[in-house]
Amino acid sequence: MYNGFAIVAGLVIFFAMLTAPFALGTMTKQYKEPELKLPVNEKECIESTEYMRTNHMQLLNEWRDWALRDGKRTYTNHAGKEFSISLQNTCMKCHVSKADFCDKCHNDAGVSPYCWDCHVQPEGLK
Amino acid sequence: MKNSRRTFIKLAGIAAAGLAVAPKKVLASGGGHAPVKVNATASHAKHWAMVVDTTKLHTAEAIDELAKVCHHIHNVPSIEGKKEVKWLWHDSYGHSFPEQENPHLAEEVHERVFPLLCNHCENPPCVRVCPTKATFQRPDGIVAMDYHRCIGCRYCMAGCPYGSRSFNWGDPRLNLDLANLNPEFPTRMRGVVEKCNFCVERLAVGKKPACVEASNGAMFFGDLKDPDSEVRKVLREKFTIRRKPSAGTEPSVYYII
Ligand code: SF4
Ligand code: SF4
Ligand code: SF4
Repeated sequence: MYNGFAIVAGLVIFFAMLTAPFALGTMTKQYKEPELKLPVNEKECIESTEYMRTNHMQLLNEWRDWALRDGKRTYTNHAGKEFSISLQNTCMKCHVSKADFCDKCHNDAGVSPYCWDCHVQPEGLK
Repeated sequence: MKNSRRTFIKLAGIAAAGLAVAPKKVLASGGGHAPVKVNATASHAKHWAMVVDTTKLHTAEAIDELAKVCHHIHNVPSIEGKKEVKWLWHDSYGHSFPEQENPHLAEEVHERVFPLLCNHCENPPCVRVCPTKATFQRPDGIVAMDYHRCIGCRYCMAGCPYGSRSFNWGDPRLNLDLANLNPEFPTRMRGVVEKCNFCVERLAVGKKPACVEASNGAMFFGDLKDPDSEVRKVLREKFTIRRKPSAGTEPSVYYII
């Protein structure tokens, strides 16, 4: 085999690079869910925790269009309970701190949604 | 090494050369249930319209008071000069009704100043030219803005014959009194256009527009398509004009002269 050593070495490096993220991932410490400060007076969100965890972004997107574009501002959840559609006046009335709730996961996940460029966080603006 | 999503992504970038990208799983949204309706307390109309009685409301001071109310509840920044942002303002007869000027106009009328705002035109050029549909017309006639979509191209400003729109040249929050914000209403961000929204957020809970409420009976608001409404009653009884009729936009704001 011509250049056998080079080919094998090349393949080894190639696979090492290919699997590096996964190898490093299992070697270093595991990802831990951040600890959120949950509302004191409310036990349940507008939908189940699971639903909110996976779908809050889609839900907020839909809420935005329903309220603003369709003029429909009352939301009925899967259990039949009604809520006023508003990020500032419904979500943030329970989640009274952006820093202790939203930012916790968003920072870990490296996402920076621009909701707060316009919406006023419950902490107020400084 | 800190095990973060960021590190993983960086390394994954190297690995990507040898990987075919698997199709992303699309997250299911609302799950097919469309659980929304109009607020039970909302006011409804086929076509919202406003009538301003300029025999009662015609001083800069009185109009500025109303503007203050409007600008406060909507977090409109106060900026002097060319970068001004305004939802409600005042101007002279000649600037408000340039086509209806005549050299022998009653002096008293000519000296009045007039409250101006977006006319929520029936045939709004701003909606026609907006490439993103950030400016759109609701079925009840209100010309609304979706700031999430506005790309700041300012076509709508060029399209509006009434100067009803303002562009945010800088971060509007720099010119807001942050200690005195209305926390119930968002601010805007740099690079979007804004204007009066006929107080849709108040109509949605059954209230009248804030300027109408604060006007001591000098402004009327109601359904133009309902012959028994208050606006139709005053329009029937009083002589009214609208701004720049030749533009053909059919304003929904009427002025009693
Ligand atoms: S500035 Fe915004 S609202 Fe105006 S036309 Fe452009 S996208 Fe539409
Ligand atoms: S007044 Fe100007 S901004 Fe308002 S609806 Fe008419 S054209 Fe559009
Ligand atoms: S209708 Fe509402 S938004 Fe428009 S000028 Fe009056 S108070 Fe301001």
